[in-house]
Amino acid sequence: MAVDPKAYDPRNLHLPELEVMHSGHLACPGCGAALGMRQALKALGDNTMVVIPACCWAVIVGPYPYEALKVPVLQVAFETAAISAAGVRAALDAQGKHDTTVLAWAGDGGTFDIGFQSLSGAVERNDDIIYVCYDNEAYMNTGIQRSSATPYGAWTTTTPVEAPKAEPKKNMVEIMVEHRIPYTATASIAYPEDFIRKLRKAQSIRGAKFIHLWISCPAGHKSEERYSVKIARLAVETGIFPLYEVENGVHYTINHEPAFTDVAEYLRLQGRFRHLKDEDIETIRRNIEWEWKRLRAKAEMGRTLPAPPPPVRAVVEEGEHEPSTE
Amino acid sequence: MRKVIKGNGAVAHGVRLARAQVISAYPITPQTSIIEELASMVAEGELDARFIKVESEHSAMAGCIAASSAGARAFTATSAQGLALMHELIHWAAGARLPIVLANVNRAMAPGWSIWTDQNDSLSQRDTGWMQVYCESSQEVVDSVIQAFKVSERVLLPTIVVLDAFFLSHTYEDVEIPEQELVDGFLPPLELPQKLDLEHPAALGNLVFPDRYMEFRRKMELAQQHALGVWEEVGREWGELTGRPYGLLEEYRTDGAELVLVCAATAASTARVVVDRMRDAGIPVGLVRLRVFRPFPADAFRAVLGGRRKVLVLDRNCSFGHHGIFHQEIKSALFELPAAEQPEIRGVIAGLGGRDITPEDIEDMLTRAWEGRLEEATTWWDVLPAEDPVRAASVRS
Repeated sequence: MAVDPKAYDPRNLHLPELEVMHSGHLACPGCGAALGMRQALKALGDNTMVVIPACCWAVIVGPYPYEALKVPVLQVAFETAAISAAGVRAALDAQGKHDTTVLAWAGDGGTFDIGFQSLSGAVERNDDIIYVCYDNEAYMNTGIQRSSATPYGAWTTTTPVEAPKAEPKKNMVEIMVEHRIPYTATASIAYPEDFIRKLRKAQSIRGAKFIHLWISCPAGHKSEERYSVKIARLAVETGIFPLYEVENGVHYTINHEPAFTDVAEYLRLQGRFRHLKDEDIETIRRNIEWEWKRLRAKAEMGRTLPAPPPPVRAVVEEGEHEPSTE
Repeated sequence: MRKVIKGNGAVAHGVRLARAQVISAYPITPQTSIIEELASMVAEGELDARFIKVESEHSAMAGCIAASSAGARAFTATSAQGLALMHELIHWAAGARLPIVLANVNRAMAPGWSIWTDQNDSLSQRDTGWMQVYCESSQEVVDSVIQAFKVSERVLLPTIVVLDAFFLSHTYEDVEIPEQELVDGFLPPLELPQKLDLEHPAALGNLVFPDRYMEFRRKMELAQQHALGVWEEVGREWGELTGRPYGLLEEYRTDGAELVLVCAATAASTARVVVDRMRDAGIPVGLVRLRVFRPFPADAFRAVLGGRRKVLVLDRNCSFGHHGIFHQEIKSALFELPAAEQPEIRGVIAGLGGRDITPEDIEDMLTRAWEGRLEEATTWWDVLPAEDPVRAASVRS
């Protein structure tokens, strides 16, 4: 089920009724991470165990003895989300509980930076986990410090406006793709049907699955709470954050053709970009164009390449989870 | 079944007999042959376990923590740098009250690189909440791994089973390997009171405010204290089943001993020979081998050392700035004795980085202690002068 931008009506979403998250939690108003978890568990259901390293969700889930979710949660050390999910998986398999989904739910710092090693290890072993990185593009829980997911030009408390981040955002999806894992995808809280379809597809595949979820963060992006979904949608529609999926490290599917709204629309809603000059914005525009050329070239390459030979694992296809094409 | 195996092989057999369900491990000399043997046992179907071949020791312990949290019996092995890399998660495992068992092959910390034995790696984990058992023989290793799972699962604290690099890890000895049925009767399947459970969902490890944190830590302390009795009980029960009982510490020829040597691990085997020799020569020496280091058996030490004339503690470790670590702890325990029962106590630091501790060394230490010729509270044994003449000459030239 691809998202057709013309037919897409955010007021008419078809989402599962199931709620695996309680209404009480400790997220800030307008938090994209809270919205993302709610959508994720609607997709995965309640036969799920969630592993959470140090990140905003370590707080959002509630202090002892509370819990904002209706499924078991294991809080783990900052840099261990992926191996911890693999450990839970191994224990469940040892006890014959093969049908329970194990979800690692980590922020960008815990994924792009400190958790990078353990994530690379887990996906290289093709451990049977779903790893979702909810990316708000900085260390928000510690008060907005630069991570390697912070985009070019952004203000954070460690990249002040006098010296904003000079480097591009690390391309985590491509790094995962190059591990030749069965399934890698990007997703957005503004496109919940697409996110839910991807999670269910991931659930149907044995092996390592990585989903990069873009989320808004009013506190860290210096944006208005009421614009959280709008900003997330603009991240996709400006082309900054493409929605696509990759199977077996080779076969790319671009899930949504953006409107390519001018990126200035996206930037002006966020105080973290307020200091940018016209030439900075032009640099960002040129990078979006180049990244899309690169992505389309990869998608084209994937169309002409045959499925990779063993030992790369083929995706277990189920009818309802066919990859979408536009 | 009797077999001639290495200390590392004894660990693997103990883990197999304990029916570990998840092994999460990373290679490091001199531990590596433990996990090689376990990998073979899993591959050949002798052990029905999931083996996660992780990318670091940090992940090795993280994998054990997660697996144990989900209700599986979990094991890993490491040494020195690997144990140090785990340190954050060593705290985590104990704080989460998980009955993980870790075999640590004592190896000296770098720099300079050393693969040989000393105890600073495991003793640096002293204040984490883990229990620690120091083994003297391969037989004790296989027996202690099995006991460690039982005690850990009773008191909900993890255990480090410690063996010396090479002197034990790579030395072949005759070992009685228990039958599986015997171990199954001794060690029931793991049943944790709290774990990840779909029927009773809970969040484990959540943020704890100052009004509750201390209570969790107090419970860890109470569990450590309770564990002293559990180690004794489990050691007795193992003795009834196998004829090999174990205690918190082991006495050797302490009857009538006026000078008692305290040491741990393989140095104790050497010390036995020396004690026999000196007793034959009419010198009233005895030996106490430290086995369980955490929880610390302070009462047992007071009972066996109180009223002696002299105690000499041999440490294959050093708390830089304040004695050897066993020395510190034993001295602190003896301080609670009435003044008249307090022995004169001296410490010797020897054998760091795998340097041999020979029978002659131990006889010389004991003789000097007996004759009152160890003036300092702690003596560094068999070392070049602090101003190394060879190095000094090379620097000058």
